[in-house]
This record gives sequence, structure tokens and C-alpha cells, in this order.
Amino acid sequence: MQKCFLFVLVFQLSFLANAQDINALVKRVKTKLDLVNDYEADGNMKTDVIFIKAPIGKVKVYFKKPNHFRLKKNGGISLLPKGGVSVNMSSLIATNDFVAIAAGESIVNGTNTKVVKLLPSNDNSDIVLTTLYIDEPNLLVKKAITTTKENGTYEMEMRYGAFAQYGLPEKVIFSFNTKDYKLPKGVTLEFDDNEKPISDAQKMKNRKGRVEITYSNYIINKGVSDSMFK
Amino acid sequence: MWTIIQIELFKIFRRPRTYIAFGAIAALIGIIQFGLKLDGKSYTDFLMKDIGGSMEIEGNVLNGYLICYIMLQLLLVHVPLLVALIAADMISGEANMGTLRLLLSKPYSRTELLLAKFFAATVYTLMLLVWLAFLALVVSIWIFGVGDLFLMKSSYVVLLNEADVFWRYTGAFCFAALAMVTVAALGFFLSIFSENSIGPIVATMSIIVFFTILSTLNIPVFNIIKPYLFTTHLNSWKEFFDIKVSDTNDAIIGSIQNPQRIINSVFVLILHIVGFVGASIWVFNKKDVLS
Amino acid sequence: MQQIVQVTDLTKQFKNLTAVDGLSFSVNEGDVYGFLGQNGAGKSTSIRMMLTLIEPSNGEIEIFGMKLAKHRREILSQIGAVIEKPDIYKYLSAYDNLKLFAKLSGINPSSQQLMDQLEMVGLAHRANDKVKTFSQGMKQRLGIGIALVHNPRLIILDEPTNGLDPQGIADIRNLILHLSRESKKTVIVSSHLLSEIEQIATRVLIIDKGKKLVEGNANELFDPSQTIVELQTMDNVFALQQLKQSKWLNNLQAPRNNAIVLKLDRKEIPILHTDLAQMQVQLLSLQPRHSLEDYFLQITSNNQHVDHYTN
Repeated sequence: MQKCFLFVLVFQLSFLANAQDINALVKRVKTKLDLVNDYEADGNMKTDVIFIKAPIGKVKVYFKKPNHFRLKKNGGISLLPKGGVSVNMSSLIATNDFVAIAAGESIVNGTNTKVVKLLPSNDNSDIVLTTLYIDEPNLLVKKAITTTKENGTYEMEMRYGAFAQYGLPEKVIFSFNTKDYKLPKGVTLEFDDNEKPISDAQKMKNRKGRVEITYSNYIINKGVSDSMFK
Repeated sequence: MWTIIQIELFKIFRRPRTYIAFGAIAALIGIIQFGLKLDGKSYTDFLMKDIGGSMEIEGNVLNGYLICYIMLQLLLVHVPLLVALIAADMISGEANMGTLRLLLSKPYSRTELLLAKFFAATVYTLMLLVWLAFLALVVSIWIFGVGDLFLMKSSYVVLLNEADVFWRYTGAFCFAALAMVTVAALGFFLSIFSENSIGPIVATMSIIVFFTILSTLNIPVFNIIKPYLFTTHLNSWKEFFDIKVSDTNDAIIGSIQNPQRIINSVFVLILHIVGFVGASIWVFNKKDVLS
Repeated sequence: MQQIVQVTDLTKQFKNLTAVDGLSFSVNEGDVYGFLGQNGAGKSTSIRMMLTLIEPSNGEIEIFGMKLAKHRREILSQIGAVIEKPDIYKYLSAYDNLKLFAKLSGINPSSQQLMDQLEMVGLAHRANDKVKTFSQGMKQRLGIGIALVHNPRLIILDEPTNGLDPQGIADIRNLILHLSRESKKTVIVSSHLLSEIEQIATRVLIIDKGKKLVEGNANELFDPSQTIVELQTMDNVFALQQLKQSKWLNNLQAPRNNAIVLKLDRKEIPILHTDLAQMQVQLLSLQPRHSLEDYFLQITSNNQHVDHYTN
């Protein structure tokens, strides 16, 4: 651990100058995001996981500072990547407990972005590393890759539209690794599944799990009750 | 013909034994509902353990729809026993009681009598299923509410929209009715060979249990005969709860993954019913009544 | 008198057993037809064939002038039957049982008619009680009530007194006589007890091992001029010697049960008695029987022929 810390320290020092710029950038992004105290939004959620057959569902999303986030499907059930969706952009950089490191530039969906690596300084944090791809002129996070201790790595890709001024995306695509899913047939009382029934999904065998949420109808800073997050 | 059907129904619904089945279903369902109401959380947690590895489930999983599914899964193993209790007694019970000879010396043909009896057994079976549907679906919805139906299959999970569930239950119950009538037909067929009702009831259950084990075992030798065992098809009601996905892996609302399987099973089951009833008529018409 | 039942060469072969063997008989309208035979003689099998419960291996049954095989429905709708034990639905009341079988017989009687019918068999006061609470005799009476509910032309009662107490037996006997005399019904009644049949039957058929032993009018079979006498003496060989040398030679019959058997007119019995005394035969017992009784005894003693000594 100490070695690791030392390494980070050295790493940090060597890029100190750069790091200051980067910190400023992250701060600016954060300031922009801070304009939003709370919001609720309607969305369409599409789940694309090899072992999940779910229809596109209407969801409602609630957010309140500092890091309350809730996705609700009215009376319904939603399947979300573990620890994934609840970590949204704001909560990722809501705290100051991280060290930002510049890691070059990259193109995300045709937009030039600055790559920033965020290392949480709190050892207890579940997040090990977050990589942000920030569209500097617009102060928008285009992509985030987060590695967690418990739930593996997942990727968020954000596309912006009408609510870009608040840093709120129109579409979020989560990609994550899925573990194998298998239940014994004796448990599920299935008798006759010799052929693989999900041939459609079979084609996507090597694909990661994906959850796409397309947002519409943001209602921003109109107050969201705390009871929503219970 | 209508007269003897009426008489057969009258007899069935005047027997205390008939109500054992209704009582048993009510008791079983009541206990499951009570248990899930008290401690449903730990049950669903246990159920979701396997998928919990990489996915999180948000929302009320344990709603009336899921409970109905759980109960159907459990009870459709037990209901054949209750169906056999009456169906396998239709002829043998009368032979045992001694009423068969009196019945057969009345001016109705044996074929008419058998058809009337089978019809009555079918009505009983259907009423049992209506009762099951009422308790398992309607009462569960009343207690636990409705919602999306989340199901775990052996190699994938299925999430069905709330609005996309009820028609599937309608189909599933219709299918289950056909499956149970097949059990009734088997019990009915066996009942003509015996002069006491225990034999055919036990035989019916043994055949179902034995075949179900063959259907469940995933052994290559048995896999060859599986498609021909009616027990394999008894469970095809589950196909109603498997949804098709589009090329982009979205579930297509209102679709069924393998409608052909349901059609096949319906065909196989109808064939069995016709076979059992036909064989009953054929054997019974040649039989000397010595009871 | 019209012939109501005509059975010709009726045969039923079970696997290794010929239960009924070439049986022919006829029943006239108004008869009380006594069908006698031991248990297992083939009575029930014959009756079941008449009710289409058993398919004959051979032979033909005509009832009401119609072939049973072709006109089953018409024939059966005019027959009322109690077959062996009167088994009825135990979980139903007497009233429900009666109503149910009335419907099965193609009639739909009013509740008053049903109660009248129960009254006739003495069960009106138990109409709504479940049959499982009934005694054997009450079940039997209900069985007969069921057999009669549709006013059939022909009534078949298979061993109707089985398991009944003496009062029950008397009740059934009176009921049969009533049906025959007052309602002019034709009744076929089977029994393994001669005493039951001889008091009511107008015609009698005795079968044994599936074969007809004798069929005739009761008054002929009960003819006193054909009385059979069984003798038991201290020394049967000596007695026999004496009889063979006397005028009784032609009356001698095949012996059975270690007894000497003679056939004679009832009026001659006192003379036989005197003669035996004169021949110094030490008589232990002398039992006169009419011929029906004798036939019956023949089958009940399993046709034991000790030795043939007739000339």
C-alpha cells in the first residue's frame, strides 16, 4: 500500500504543473455540475446483457445533492449493473477526495477530449480508479471508466443534448463485465432445454453487458423530496 | 347424454373427497402466501443470490405475479395428485362401491357413460384450476399487488412488463388445464382396470413421478425419449413466460420465445387425451363387469 | 301367456372356467321365476348377461321379443334390477339415490312420486339420511325401490335376501308376492336357498355348474306323488337286500350321503314304514322330500354317488 502511495506521489509530482491545469478543469466541470441541486427526469432504459431478456422500460430518475441518486421504474423492476447506475457523474466528482492526473487526450465519438484519471485519496472508497474523458470547451464528461473493488470495471458514455448546459446527458450508456449466470435445471424445473433458446443473444456472447438510458424531460432544481431515496 | 353428465357432476360435487382437493389447494396456497408475506425478503434474496453477482435488482420483485408463478411451479407438481384422486376413481370407485353394475344396467351405452364420466372429471379438473388461478393469481395480486414479473431461468433471466403478464397467465392457465386434463385422462384410463380406487390413483401418480424424473434427468439416453413423454409437455406452460428478443437484445413485448413448443405440447397432450379416452372406451366396452 | 324372456344356448367361458354352459330357459309374463343354484353355479353370470354386464361367449338372449344385443336400450329401460348386494351411493341420501337412478332410467318423477316410492319400501322417514347410515336391510329395500322406480315390466332380483335377518327376508318375500299378484309384474329371483324360492316361485330353474338341471312349474316340482325318501338304517346293506327283494325295488334310486333313496307317492310312506318293520330293518331315520328339494339336495351334496346299486 505504501509503495503504491509512494508511486502515486512520484507520479503526481512529475506532472505537477499539468496536474494543476487538470485540477482546474475538473473543478470547472464540478462547478458546472454544481448548478444542479436536484433533478428528476424521465427516461427509457434498455438493458442489453447476455443473460437478461428485458424490454425497454420507462424509468424515472431522481437526483439530489450531494450524491443521492435513484432510478425508479413505476411499480416495476429494473435490472442494473451492480453499483453502476447509482454512481452518476455528479457523485463521481462531488467530493474533493481525489487526486486528478492528466493522461493525455483522446477522441470520443468524434469529439476531442482530455483524459483525466481520478484516484480517490480515501482508502475505503470502493472506487479504485476513474478515468474521465472531458470535452474541455463544453465542460462535459463524455466518457467515464470506473474500476471498483467489488463490482469490476464499468464504462459510462454520455451523449448530450438540450440539457448540456447543466452537464446533464441525453443518453448514458453503461458497459460492464458480467459474470456467468447459471442455475441448475432442477431448481428452475426446466426439462427440455437442450438447444440454446437465446440464439439472438448468443451472437453477443462476447459483448459486455450494456444498459442504455435515454433521458427526456429533465426537471431541474424544483426540489426532490428526500423520501424518494429511501 | 346431458342427463348422465348432470348425474355425474352431481355425484362428483356431492362427495366429500372432491372438496379435499379444493381445501388442499387453498391450504397450500394460503401457507405459501402467509410465509412470503412474513418473510418474502429472505426468500427473494435467496432467489436473487445468483444474479446478484453482477446485477442489482431494483423494485418490488415479490409481487402477486411472481408469487403466482412460484405457486404454479410448485403446485402443478401436486395438482396431478388431486386430479388423480377423482379421475382415477371415476370407474374403479364405482366398481368398488358396487354401483357400477347398477349404472351399466341402465339404458345408456358404455361409451356414453364413459364420455359423460370423463366430461365430469374434466369439469372437476377445470374447476380445480379455476380455483387455483383464483387463489394463486387473484388473491396474490390482492395481497402483494401487481408489478413486473422477474423470472430466473436456468441460463438467463426474464423481465416482463406488468402489462405484458396477465395474458401470459391466461395462456398458462389454459395450457395447465389441458395438461391436467391429460392427467385426468390417464387416471381415468387406469381406473377401468381396477376395482378399488387406490390402485389407479397410486399408478397414475407413479407414472407421472416416474416420467417426470425421466424428463428431469439430463441423461443422453433419456433425452431421446423425452419428447415423447407427456410429462415433458406438462410444463410447457412456462413457455408463455419466455420472451423473444430483438437483434439488439431488447425483449419484444407480447412475444413468446418458442410458440412452436407450446403448439407441439398442446398437440402431444391432446393426442394423449384422445388416446387415453379412446383406449378407455375400447377396453371398457369389451370388459365383463364382475364387480 | 306371453314369453317375456327367451334364453337360448347361453354360454359364458372365462379363461379356464365355463361359468354358464349352454343354458336355455324361458320366462313368461307374470311369472315369479325362481332361479336356483349354489353359489358359483352360474346364476349371477347368467343374470349379468341378461343385463349386458357380461358379454356372452355364445347363445342368445331375447327379452320382450327383442334381441338384447341389438335392442339393449329399449330392453334395459323396462328392466329393474338388484344385482347381488344393493350397492348404492353411500354419500348420497336415499332420496338422492332414488332420484338419480330414476333419471338414469329415463324418467323424471316428482318429489311426491319419489317419496311415495320410498314409502312403499318403508324408507320415507329416512329419505334425507345418507345411505352410509343404513342397515343392510334398509339398503336392500332402497335397492328394490330403485329397481322399481321406473315401473319396469321385468324385475330381476339377484340374491335379494343375502345378508338379511329373518324379518328382512320375510319383507322381501312379501314384496315379491305383492309385485306379482297386485302389480302383475314379472319377477326373476335368484337364490341359493330353496326355502326362499319355494314359497314364492311359480316356475323354477335349477342350475349347477352352469348347466340346467331342471326347469318346471313349481306345482309340478312340488308334486307329492314324486316324493323322495331317504333312509338311514343300522345296517344299510341288509336293508337294501330286503328292499331289493320287495315290491319297493322299482322305487329305489341312486344312494347318496350313505343313505338309501326311494322315490314314491307321499301317501305310500306309512306303508313303507310298516314294510321296513316287517323286514326287520332297524330304521334310524326316514326323510321325505319333494322332488324340487331333492334336486336341490343333489347339487348341494355335490352329487355324491357312493355306489350304484340299482338294477
